[in-house]
Amino acid sequence: MKTSPLISEALSPEKIMEKIDILFYITSAVAVISTIMVITRYHAVHALLYLVVSFLSIALIFYFAGAPFIAALEVIIYAGAIMVLFIFVVMMLNLGPRTMEQERGWTTPAIWIGPSILSAVLLVAFMTVLMNNPAEDTGLNLVGVQEVGISLFTEYLLAVELTGLLLMAAIIGAYHLGSREKKIYHRYLEKTDQ
Amino acid sequence: MSLESGLILSGILFMIGLTGVMIRRNIIFMLLSVEIMLNAAGIAFIFAGSSRADPNGQIMFLFILAVAAAEVAIGLALVILIYQKFKTLDIDGISFMKG
Repeated sequence: MKTSPLISEALSPEKIMEKIDILFYITSAVAVISTIMVITRYHAVHALLYLVVSFLSIALIFYFAGAPFIAALEVIIYAGAIMVLFIFVVMMLNLGPRTMEQERGWTTPAIWIGPSILSAVLLVAFMTVLMNNPAEDTGLNLVGVQEVGISLFTEYLLAVELTGLLLMAAIIGAYHLGSREKKIYHRYLEKTDQ
Repeated sequence: MSLESGLILSGILFMIGLTGVMIRRNIIFMLLSVEIMLNAAGIAFIFAGSSRADPNGQIMFLFILAVAAAEVAIGLALVILIYQKFKTLDIDGISFMKG
């Protein structure tokens, strides 16, 4: 079993596996707690804060499970892009003069202290695994970016093209639904209006 | 850390998401719960792929990711439309659509 030079001599491979197991359980607990918090919040922005923590913990679990590429994608696309879309929509639904006070009320310490604690736990778990054991010896196999990429663009090339079509259809659909109806005035009435 | 523990975690998260869809009547929270369920399915794929050193699990997760992105784009556009038309996000408030 390959060990990294960072691991101290005292840690045998079995010890490392136990350690990874404990970290996995801690991270899973964070994931479950934050996901439960998501569906029990009354305010959408608070739920989104917890949902970001949930996605981060799931990304860490992917890293433990030997899928570092997917872990990065989870952070970039789920915790980045999709959450930004949700936040945009929540903000759009709350336009008005009260928006400033509302946002001040949304970000009181009582709101962000919970997600911060959970993310701190995740950070400690991530640092521990980075210092001791770079995602090997976890009981599961490491599948790297190279294998995924080769398989994706040879066997699954047609599926990738279809995914592109799906995203294109989604963009066009969202644009169509989002565009406002044009008000049509008669061209003679238009002059009398002004 | 084994395949079973990953599948158990995936099942727990999926059940939380399903509960969210059933108990919440706010359409934004229902979309969030659908995201949680898609993610739980992804966890199952990743663990199944990693347990046999197979990249297919990760590729399935990539497709789940694309489907989730498309679903969110369309879903949120519909949420905005519903809010503009009915001035509510309550799914019971628009149940007369009989969808």
